[in-house]
Amino acid sequence: MNAAKNKQDTYYESIIKNGFSRRDFMTFTAFMAAYMGYETSSIAQIANALKTTPRLPIIWEHYQECTCCSESFIRTDHPIAANIILDKVSLDYTLTLMAASGHQAEAAKKATMEKYKGEYILCVEGSVPLGEEGVFCCIAGKTALEQLKEAAAGAKAIIAWGSCASNGCVQSSKPNPTNATPIHKIITDKPIIRVPGCPPIGEVMAGVIVHVIAFGKLPELDRQGRPKAFYAKRVHDSCYRRPYFDAGLFVEEFDDENAKKGYCLYKVGCKGPVTYNSCGTMKWNNGVSYPIQSGHGCFGCSEDNFWDNGPIYERLTNVPGFGIEANADKVGMVAAGVVAGAAVGHAIASKMSKRKELKERIVSGKDLEKQVE
Amino acid sequence: MTTISHDFKRVFVWEAPVRLFHWINVLAILTLAATGIIIGNPPAIMSGAEATNQYWFGINRYIHFISAYILTFNMLYRMFWSYMGNKYANWKQFFPYNKKGIKNTLFVLKHHVLLQNEKVYDFRKNIIGHNPIAAISYSLLFILMLIQIFTGFGLYADNSTWFFPKLFAWVPSFLGGDMNTRLIHHITTWGFIIFTIIHVYLAMWHDWLEGRGEISSMFGGYKFIRKERLKKEEEKND
Repeated sequence: MNAAKNKQDTYYESIIKNGFSRRDFMTFTAFMAAYMGYETSSIAQIANALKTTPRLPIIWEHYQECTCCSESFIRTDHPIAANIILDKVSLDYTLTLMAASGHQAEAAKKATMEKYKGEYILCVEGSVPLGEEGVFCCIAGKTALEQLKEAAAGAKAIIAWGSCASNGCVQSSKPNPTNATPIHKIITDKPIIRVPGCPPIGEVMAGVIVHVIAFGKLPELDRQGRPKAFYAKRVHDSCYRRPYFDAGLFVEEFDDENAKKGYCLYKVGCKGPVTYNSCGTMKWNNGVSYPIQSGHGCFGCSEDNFWDNGPIYERLTNVPGFGIEANADKVGMVAAGVVAGAAVGHAIASKMSKRKELKERIVSGKDLEKQVE
Repeated sequence: MTTISHDFKRVFVWEAPVRLFHWINVLAILTLAATGIIIGNPPAIMSGAEATNQYWFGINRYIHFISAYILTFNMLYRMFWSYMGNKYANWKQFFPYNKKGIKNTLFVLKHHVLLQNEKVYDFRKNIIGHNPIAAISYSLLFILMLIQIFTGFGLYADNSTWFFPKLFAWVPSFLGGDMNTRLIHHITTWGFIIFTIIHVYLAMWHDWLEGRGEISSMFGGYKFIRKERLKKEEEKND
C-alpha cells in the first residue's frame, strides 16, 4: 500500500487509541492465528503486520440479505475484531453501521473508491437480483447490479459474505422470483473469497479479514472458492456426537429417550455429513454452543442450494419429478416391483409362446431318459 | 418346427478370469448395496451399552469402503482382460458395432424379449457368448458402476489421504455439493438392484428355455452348443 498517500494509523495504533492494552492486542492476534490454523510462530508475523500496515479500506455492500452476517461479525468473541476492524478503523462504507447517511454516505463511498482505486476490499453481503432489470433491490437510486459493478471495478478483491452472496441462499431457492444471483456469477474478473453460511461464524469472518491484512494476499481457497482453513472439514467429521454415529446410536425422534441422551442426529435429518464448515470446532457465541450441541441437526446452511436440498428433518431427499412425497427409496421400490412383475409376466408369456420349443425338448429329453442304461 | 439335433458339444466360453470377475463383482455389489442401504437408513438398534463399547455402524461403513475398493479394482481388472481374453471376453462384445451385431440385437429383441417364434427354427442363431441385449445391459451396468465409483470416492475423498480417492475429490463440487452427490449415489443403487433382478431372471430363463447350461457356465466356464453349429464355425474359419 502506498504509505505517502495514506497517512492513517496502523491497526495497532488504532487499537491502542481505542483503549485496548498491548496484552489485549496480543490475545486477539493469538486467537486469530489459532482460528486460521497457523503455528505459533505466525502470531508474531500477524502482530507485526497489524503494527506496520496502514488500514485497509473496506467497502461493505448490502444487497438482498437479512444482515445476519453483520450481526454475526460484530459478535466475534474478541471485541477487537468488531471494534477495530469493523467499527472504528476500516469500514468506509456500510449501510448498517456507518454514522453518515444519504448523500453523505454515498459521497464517502465514492471518495474511497477514487482514492483507493485498486486497493480497497469489497465485502458483499447479499445476492444481486437480475430479474426485471434488477428493480427488486435498489440503493441510492441505482440497482444492486449497477452498484456492485461500480464498486467491484476498483476493488483489489471481493469477499462474498454469507450464503446470499456466495450461493444465493433462500431468495434464490426455487422458483427464485427475483432471479437472485450470487456474486461470483456476476463478477468474474476479480479474486473472490466465498464465505458461505447463514450466517458465517463471526470468527471465520474476522479470520478471513485478518488473513488478508496480515499476509497481504487471499487465504488458500478450495475448489469452490472457500477459505480452506475454515471449510475443509465436514461438520460431521468434527462433531462431538460422532462416536454415537459410529456406535450406531441414533435419535429416532426429537422427543425420544435417545434425544435426551444426546445421540447422533443423523436419522432426524442432520446434514452434518454433507456440510463443510467450522461449527464443530469453533462453535458459536464465544464457543458456547452450535446447532447440534443444542439438539437440532445441522441443516447445511453453508452448502450450495441448501434450501432446495429437500426436507430438513429427514435423511432422504425427494427425487425431483416424482411428486412431493416420493423419496429415492420409494421410487426405487416401485421400480423394482414393476421389474419383478414384468419378469413374472415374461415367464408366463414365454411358457405360452415358446410351448412348442419347450415341448420338443421335453419329449427328446424323455426319449433319451429311456435309453439310459 | 423341424426336428433338430440334440447332440450337444461342450464349448469353453468363460475363462477363469472372467468367472472370477463375475463372482467377485456379485459379492461386492451385494455387500455394497446391503451396507449402503444400512448407511442410508440405519436400523434402530436400541442398546443399553455405552457408545465406547460399540462400533457396528463404523464397521458397516468400513465394509462398504473395502467393498468399493474391491469393486473398482475388479472392474479395472476386467477392462484389462477385455483386451487379453478370448473373443467372448473381448471389449467388442459389449456393443453392437457392426451390421451383424445390429441384426443379432434385433433378433434377440424379437425372439427373446418379445417372445416371437421363428418361422423356421434356426439353431445357427443360437448365441454362444453374451447375447447382444445382455451385452448392452452390461455396458449400462458398467456406466452405473462408474457413476458409483465417481460419486462414492468423491464423497470418501475428504476422509482419505491416499491419492486414489483424492482423484475423485472434484466430483462433489462439480455436482453441486455433497448433498446432491449423495442423492445420485443413493438413487443409482436402485439401478443395481433392478439390474440384478433382470439379470438373474434372464439367466434362469435361458437355462430353462434353451437348456444349454447358461447358469452352470458361470461356474465351470462351459456352454453346450449343437454339433451342427460347430461345423458352421469350422467352415467359417476355413
